[in-house]
Amino acid sequence: MSTATAPASAPATRKPATMAQALRQALRDALADDPHVHVMGEDVGTLGGVFRITDGLTKEFGPDRVTDTPLAEAGILGTAVGMAMYGLRPVVEMQFDAFAYPALEQLISHVARMRNRTRGAMPLPITIRIPYGGGIGGVEHHSDSSEAYYLHTPGLHVVTPATVADAYGLLRASIASDDPVVFLEPKRLYWSKADWSSDAPQSVPPLGRAVVRRTGRSATLITYGPSLPVCLEAAEAGRQEGWELEVVDLRSLVPFDDETVCASVRRTGRAVVVHESSGFGGAGAEIAARVTERCFHHLEAPVLRVAGFDIPYPPPMLERYHLPGVDRVLDAVARLQWEVN
Amino acid sequence: MARLSPPSPAAAGPAKRSARPAPKPPEAAGSGHTPPPGWHARIDPAPLLPEPEPYRLLGTPAARDLDPALLRRLYEELVRGRRYNRQATALTQQGRLAVYPSSTGQEACQVAAALALRPQDWLFPSYRDTLAVVARGVDPVQALTLLRGDWHTGYDPRARHVAPLCTPLATQLPHAVGLAHAARLAGDDTVALAMVGDGGTSEGDFHEALNFAAVWRAPVVFLIQNNGFAISVPLEKQTAAPSLAHKAVGYGMPGRLVDGNDAPAVHQVLTEAIERAAAGGGPTLVEAVTYRIDAHTNADDATRYRDAAEVEAWCAHDPIDLLERELRDRNLIDDAESKAVADGAEALAARLREEMNADPVLDPMELFDHVYAEQTTQLREQAAQLRAELDAEEDR
Repeated sequence: MSTATAPASAPATRKPATMAQALRQALRDALADDPHVHVMGEDVGTLGGVFRITDGLTKEFGPDRVTDTPLAEAGILGTAVGMAMYGLRPVVEMQFDAFAYPALEQLISHVARMRNRTRGAMPLPITIRIPYGGGIGGVEHHSDSSEAYYLHTPGLHVVTPATVADAYGLLRASIASDDPVVFLEPKRLYWSKADWSSDAPQSVPPLGRAVVRRTGRSATLITYGPSLPVCLEAAEAGRQEGWELEVVDLRSLVPFDDETVCASVRRTGRAVVVHESSGFGGAGAEIAARVTERCFHHLEAPVLRVAGFDIPYPPPMLERYHLPGVDRVLDAVARLQWEVN
Repeated sequence: MARLSPPSPAAAGPAKRSARPAPKPPEAAGSGHTPPPGWHARIDPAPLLPEPEPYRLLGTPAARDLDPALLRRLYEELVRGRRYNRQATALTQQGRLAVYPSSTGQEACQVAAALALRPQDWLFPSYRDTLAVVARGVDPVQALTLLRGDWHTGYDPRARHVAPLCTPLATQLPHAVGLAHAARLAGDDTVALAMVGDGGTSEGDFHEALNFAAVWRAPVVFLIQNNGFAISVPLEKQTAAPSLAHKAVGYGMPGRLVDGNDAPAVHQVLTEAIERAAAGGGPTLVEAVTYRIDAHTNADDATRYRDAAEVEAWCAHDPIDLLERELRDRNLIDDAESKAVADGAEALAARLREEMNADPVLDPMELFDHVYAEQTTQLREQAAQLRAELDAEEDR
């Protein structure tokens, strides 16, 4: 297994970096550290991927390590299964959320359960990178939030970074995992920037641990991926209403960090789950149920969900009406039965 | 191919194979009428075409050159295989197997596939290929774990290089391609052989696997057992292709058509394909024309979709009879040897009966052991719940 540290001698110069750059650095470091790591997908080679996440990697590591595949998602993931069976550690890129659906059978019937089918004899350490979510003005089939399909499949880890540092750390942790990981990259955050150093030893968080991004005593906003910046902005705006909102970034939907989430909700007594995918049967439904089951006697109000509507993803000129924004989040916070106290 | 029938007596040799011709440069411009820019002939499809009729050895002059030891080995495995199928089907009637998809009538394909592989090669079977798995050396009882239902796979795939029996159709084919590709990248002399049925060739994964294999020149061999039916649906409702072997041409790999009930012929065609793959020649698609004598599974009623005359015609082209005739004509086997083979098969059946009649020892707590490398918090909680339920059950 690869170790996820950069050379300790390198100077730690922090400068603005994008999430895309951090993801690329994670892939580069994983390829350099472990000869079993292979990157494969549509256009990941010469072009560097449609989002340029793999830019320059095929030049550095060669086309046998960073491979342009035929255009067939089930074939990409299916061949990655065979490569993993032979001992490799494939990192697969699905070009867009909605283009990953042809690979669902391989994912559900084989990737998720090969360890289980073989009684532990044949784990599949495959990372499946999927750019997901809307807000980039994409036309039909380019903006789906598909996490609910994956988190309902036992055997998969479902991970999604929301910060530049996590993009690096969580991707390294995912590639190093001996379990398959669906790694959902919030594509509207690809160009988000933070002061980050690609030289310093990077912290690689364990998979399955949430983190409190902002502390507060009034209520907890539980969120992940593309909705984290929305929640942080809402928390800031909420101060004008007198609310101190705590924001929990889940980072990993599977495994789910009940401990961090429940500790926060028990402190605040109120919770809103925020995600941009459709609400019905979505991640928020599971989270609200878990929080209610575990924190019922600490709750001052029902756990609310703020989500996209239960509609096929809208055309780009209408997507802003669908995506949860600061106002929809704060409207939900306002409905948390403050008048009772 | 409107109806499957036994091949005609005329022997057909293997089609001649030749190396890929160099791409031709586009015609010189001048007339102003040229092929589209950038177009050039890629490869000559002619050498990729399959035999005009299924390749056979038994009953042909070429059979005399066959190695007697190989013929005896094939015969022994065919007889064992048929007895295994019969015993497994009987075990379903006794409630000892949840289901059994029999390969009776297809034993030549099963056995030849297993015997053609070298130890370092890999086999990727479908759910009907238990015989191939057993002939490859997997324990005959462990091979039935899936169908008995005590777990999904009963053997370590790495021990004999046998992937799990695959239930979703054709999905194991890209796995074979990926494994072969990884082996080639590692510089290993390893070939993967993947088995699929005629129905499975309609699946998207069949197409994607063959395409990836050809583009990557992966050392993989695809064996289609065309047994005439996908449960009840006959081949003419499955494909309009001249033959399933012809599909190879569209991917740029050779197709081979072989009599699937002629064990030495299947063995030879697969051996050639494996040698070709190992030598860097890329993948081959082999269609073996055979017939599923039994129903789809013990739960199926084949009389609803095919008539007795068709089954009888195929029984007259039985893989064991064809091979035994050859062995007897050449005095390679006598009654005593034939009985010894039958006795060996009976011993196998007796072992199956004995071991399958014992209830397997199952630990329900193992349900949580192989989902992830480490149990999640949620699985630990659920395991505790089941533990408590089990304890309460014991207390009652």
